[in-house]
Amino acid sequence: MHKLLSKRPSLRALTLPGLAFLLAMFFGALLIAFSDSTVLKHIGHPLAFLKAAGVAVWQSYLALFEGSVYNPSLATPHDALLSWYPLSETLVTAAPLMLAGLSVALAFRAGLFNIGAQGQFIFGSIAASYVGFHFHLPLGVHLIAAVLAAVVAGALWGGLVGLLKARTGAHEVIVTIMLNYVALYFLMWLLGTTRFLRPGRRDPISPDVLTSARMPLLAGSNYRVNLGIFVALAAATFVWWLLTRSTWGFRFRAVGANSAAAKTAGISVPFVMTSVMAISGALAGLGGAVHVLGSDFSLTSGTAGNFGFDAITVALLGRAKPMGVVFASILFGALRAGGGTMQANTSTPIDIVLVIQALVVLFIAAPSVVKWVFRLKNVKTTGELAAKGWNG
Amino acid sequence: MSLELRGITKTFGALVANDSIDLRVETGEIHAILGENGAGKSTLMNIVYGLVAPDSGEILVDEVLKKISEPSDALASGIGMVHQHFMLVPVFTVAENIVLGHEKTGFAGRLDLNEARERIKKVSDQFNFNVNPDDLIEGLPVGVQQRVEIIRALIYDAKVLILDEPTAVLTPQETNDLLKIMQELKAQGTSIIFITHKLREVKAVADRITIIRRGKVVGNASPDASQNELASLMVGREVELAPERGAHEIGSDVLVVSDLSILDITGRALVSKVNFSVKAGEVLAIAGVQGNGQSEVARAMVNLEPLVQGSITLDGEEIVGKSVRESLHAGIAFVPESRELDGLIGSMSIAENLMLDLHDLPPYARGVQLFPAIVLSQAERQREEFDIRLQSVSDPISSLSGGNKQKVVLARELSRPVKLLVASQPTRGLDVGSIEFVHKRILEERDSGRAVLLFSTELDEVLALADRIAVMYRGEILSIVPAGVSAQELGLLMAGVVNA
Amino acid sequence: MNSLSAAERRRRRSLYIMAVLAVLSTLVFGLLQKRGQVVTYGFVLDKEWVLIQQWVINSRTAALLFGLIAIAASTVAFLQFRAGKTIGIASAFGAAGIMMSFLSWAAAGKFIPFTGLLQGALLLSVPLIFGSMAGVLSERSGVVNIAIEGQLLAGAFVSGVVASLTHSTFWGLVVAPFAGCLISTLLAIFAINFAIDQIILGFVLNVLVYGLTDFLYKKLLIPYQATWNSGPTLAAIKIPVLWKIPLIGPILFDQSIIVYLMYGVVFLISFSLFKTKWGLRTRAVGEHPTAADSVGIKVNRLRFMNVMIAGMVAGLGGAYFTVGGVGAFNKEMTAGKGFIALAALIFGRWTPWGAVSAALLFGFADNLQSVLGIIGTPIPSEFMLMVPYLVTVVAVTGFVGRVRAPAADGTPYKRGESH
Repeated sequence: MHKLLSKRPSLRALTLPGLAFLLAMFFGALLIAFSDSTVLKHIGHPLAFLKAAGVAVWQSYLALFEGSVYNPSLATPHDALLSWYPLSETLVTAAPLMLAGLSVALAFRAGLFNIGAQGQFIFGSIAASYVGFHFHLPLGVHLIAAVLAAVVAGALWGGLVGLLKARTGAHEVIVTIMLNYVALYFLMWLLGTTRFLRPGRRDPISPDVLTSARMPLLAGSNYRVNLGIFVALAAATFVWWLLTRSTWGFRFRAVGANSAAAKTAGISVPFVMTSVMAISGALAGLGGAVHVLGSDFSLTSGTAGNFGFDAITVALLGRAKPMGVVFASILFGALRAGGGTMQANTSTPIDIVLVIQALVVLFIAAPSVVKWVFRLKNVKTTGELAAKGWNG
Repeated sequence: MSLELRGITKTFGALVANDSIDLRVETGEIHAILGENGAGKSTLMNIVYGLVAPDSGEILVDEVLKKISEPSDALASGIGMVHQHFMLVPVFTVAENIVLGHEKTGFAGRLDLNEARERIKKVSDQFNFNVNPDDLIEGLPVGVQQRVEIIRALIYDAKVLILDEPTAVLTPQETNDLLKIMQELKAQGTSIIFITHKLREVKAVADRITIIRRGKVVGNASPDASQNELASLMVGREVELAPERGAHEIGSDVLVVSDLSILDITGRALVSKVNFSVKAGEVLAIAGVQGNGQSEVARAMVNLEPLVQGSITLDGEEIVGKSVRESLHAGIAFVPESRELDGLIGSMSIAENLMLDLHDLPPYARGVQLFPAIVLSQAERQREEFDIRLQSVSDPISSLSGGNKQKVVLARELSRPVKLLVASQPTRGLDVGSIEFVHKRILEERDSGRAVLLFSTELDEVLALADRIAVMYRGEILSIVPAGVSAQELGLLMAGVVNA
Repeated sequence: MNSLSAAERRRRRSLYIMAVLAVLSTLVFGLLQKRGQVVTYGFVLDKEWVLIQQWVINSRTAALLFGLIAIAASTVAFLQFRAGKTIGIASAFGAAGIMMSFLSWAAAGKFIPFTGLLQGALLLSVPLIFGSMAGVLSERSGVVNIAIEGQLLAGAFVSGVVASLTHSTFWGLVVAPFAGCLISTLLAIFAINFAIDQIILGFVLNVLVYGLTDFLYKKLLIPYQATWNSGPTLAAIKIPVLWKIPLIGPILFDQSIIVYLMYGVVFLISFSLFKTKWGLRTRAVGEHPTAADSVGIKVNRLRFMNVMIAGMVAGLGGAYFTVGGVGAFNKEMTAGKGFIALAALIFGRWTPWGAVSAALLFGFADNLQSVLGIIGTPIPSEFMLMVPYLVTVVAVTGFVGRVRAPAADGTPYKRGESH
């Protein structure tokens, strides 16, 4: 907690993630170049090859940027600001990702690896959308009710994991992996029931959330950016306060660092495990709500997409710190949003984003690789990701 | 076989663990290496055994220079080692453990344990070890496990046997057996290096004694030297083996434990129907060899044991059934057996470790709001009172030495209103200076009218501090005796002998 | 003192549970079932598939009958337990009785292709068994392997592509282990040499393989399908004599070479792990690496090697999806099978035969779900699909006994940092 008061240059803390990202982008570029048939045609001529590769990579990464931040060709004579439309898309994707990332990060700090953000996200989506399409409530109240339902659903699904761990020692990684599938099949079953299936449809899709329960748009109807991003930023502030300025967070960190000593000092470890997983689940559930109420509006079997799993890479890249998660989720949100444009406009599939994400996290986790590549000496690396096994 | 070490030096960062150590062990002698915790004995032996690479120095076996960079090199040179923490796989049988690394195989690569079984039986019979090759290690008493390690060394023709703190886990009876075994081995020509900090054992069995202090050989002694002489050499100054014991007032019962039983998760009784009480201004020591239920009794005092029957009262208030937190706040200070595992949170700061138990109470917190600035200022205050040597209270606790860590634990536990101090192995692994500090503090607590319940496996510590001594053996209290008891008598009790 | 060991208590508790389930299924599936419906079981005996023997029975009677068999088997198992004998066969009968009682209820009025049900179960188990064997190899030597999914997927992708490019199932089969090995080598380097948290690492490697295969699938396999993604598939080989054994012959011995390789891998691993020098050393480095090191075993080298072999096994299992199945690679076609393999490993208590049994059980549940889905039953197929996952959660919560991983599983070994 004291560290936040002291004036450590925060640029230093960004060195490693920044270089890891650069390195991952470099490997991504290699992948783009070496899988491109026009580039490979020039394989016998080094100069032509390099040039073709450069063009392919430049086009792909430019499309990535234009799809996520700024694209001048989108501007119309009436509205020059529309060229910033991609930024709105980035924030729309980043909001649920940020919440799910905070969920994973918070659990990390209490020594728990929450792979279950996906399942908690699903339950949040289910609850939010059900309240959103089934009930008719006044404006404002409806949104709050839907959000609260998602928070409670996520908290219960997450809290269950904590409870099982606290009561029986069941490893949260195994339980959450399994519960993710259970949640997914539950969702698929629900979408086959009359209560959830959209009238007149046979493919699994729920009715749209009523407008009274949707997140208000922030920048007019041309942009999808909505209140969700502020909900996520508020949640990040809350998690920061929780971890550094509250007794609950102190307990979470104590149990995360050494649960035996925390127990000996009178901290109830079962309570901490259950409550941290419940809060963690609530955050992921909130992510589901922001997604369904902010941009997707209906529930399908693919509602949760990859949010819960991307959340893990977000938390790892953000080193399990709220501020880190905010930046990491915006970065990965941008990659996701831009990836779509890139796939549409160039021959590079969006899936390169997954590769970049995985590599970034791998390099963050293995700082020695980055240090070796960039010949760094004085970058401090912490051991947050030190190894623990099934029995730990 | 003789073993000679020349100029062995090993540094870990700034710490010089071994500083150009010379040592010579002759054929068929028992050579004791005496030193405090942290003096560098274990590092030296790990170097000889190939587990640690020295920065410089030479190892000669029978006057021939040997390069020992792996345990297999040591074994090949005839050096065997019985480690302080046994190197046995708990889920393997005796025979499997012994063949590990030297397996014989038959058809289709199938393991062949028969030869090993025969040899184990032979050695076991020869020394009366009573070891069955097909027993699982995890089911054997520690004394027998140690014999398995000795058998392993003998089977692989160890001519020099290193015993690293071999008596730490043994009963006095088992210790005597081990000392006899050492004599027999010596009679058959095996050289033995005996690492220890226990003066009595050294005097009983060693032919020569080398004393190590802070990584350096500080002298040699013969077993005829007095215990006080040896202790002074070991510590580097005159030491009082027993702190001064002033007269003090003993009040009425503070802690009353009746019919306390503790079960493990399978329902087996680890402690059965134990009764004792501690008065204000009194130190009751619970002595015994490790693993006889003392740790569980200590943990039960603050409800850290899940399955407890019976009653524990503090000033008449029932403790059993309360939470850990309620027990602590009822007036119990608890110094756990393992500082590192149970006492402190290594990655948190010193300041945070000082308020683990009080983190949600004023002045540290109001409601759920925590005040980091107050955490720091309070820590500064406690640091002065307990003379904790540190650079900054916001450094991680792992930067402190063992003695200072224990001071942090004591400072934290005594910062609450306390009626009873429960201290479990409070000086384990500490240097002599820190031991003196802890002992002084315990006696101060006693003198100010608190009840003290001390758990210790160290006879000397028990004799030095206790007003009364309860001896635990196999989960029961055999007897509670007054302070004046002799070490011999206590030793017999610890071995389970009641009417000697 | 009457003290049962922890293992005995666990066994007793699972016996109680089995007895309760047996009684419940007799009641619910038998006594409470509507009268007057029949269930038809179809068997392939020893000839060609067309020759089907049918067994028609009143489904209420059948459910009762199998329920009573389960009750009887539970009683026998309990008596044997009391007498200190092994209870394996009796409990197998008990479990089968409960299963059949359920099936007779669920398929009332329907036709169940029984041989097909079992054969399908075996086929669905194949990748699970390969995956869980990879888990055994890696985790028994102390390296947590969450990346089974990635190893399977890499094997599937590479074998499919190579088989397509070379028009040869042989080459597809040969390269698959190396693809899995590539992933597990990354796991080994980062886990063993860099000492990174192995759970995080495994997760990240899965993401990496998903990303790479998705990327290449879209970039190469879809546009150039004819060259890159139209590989041949393996034909089934009948093992002379054996395949004629009634009932089990057509199930076990009329399969493609991958399935026979799987039998070999399972036998080899279970034999080697407990009966050979390599196995003893592997278990030692997984349980107590410091002890292994002190007797001259190169802990990290052995771990590295085993993790690499694990990847090869999983990679071979991956080939089952492409050359062993449909030929063409499909995006994310392993669909979480690697995680069910992990579940099988844990449910099987980290032993080869335990993992195989769990994998077969999960495969059976999976196939039962699709068979019942086709014939239509009272139970939604989504709930049947949840079974492996729920069973695993129950297993790790210790309801039927505490599951214990190898002591040093997931802990990197560095000399001088003993516990």
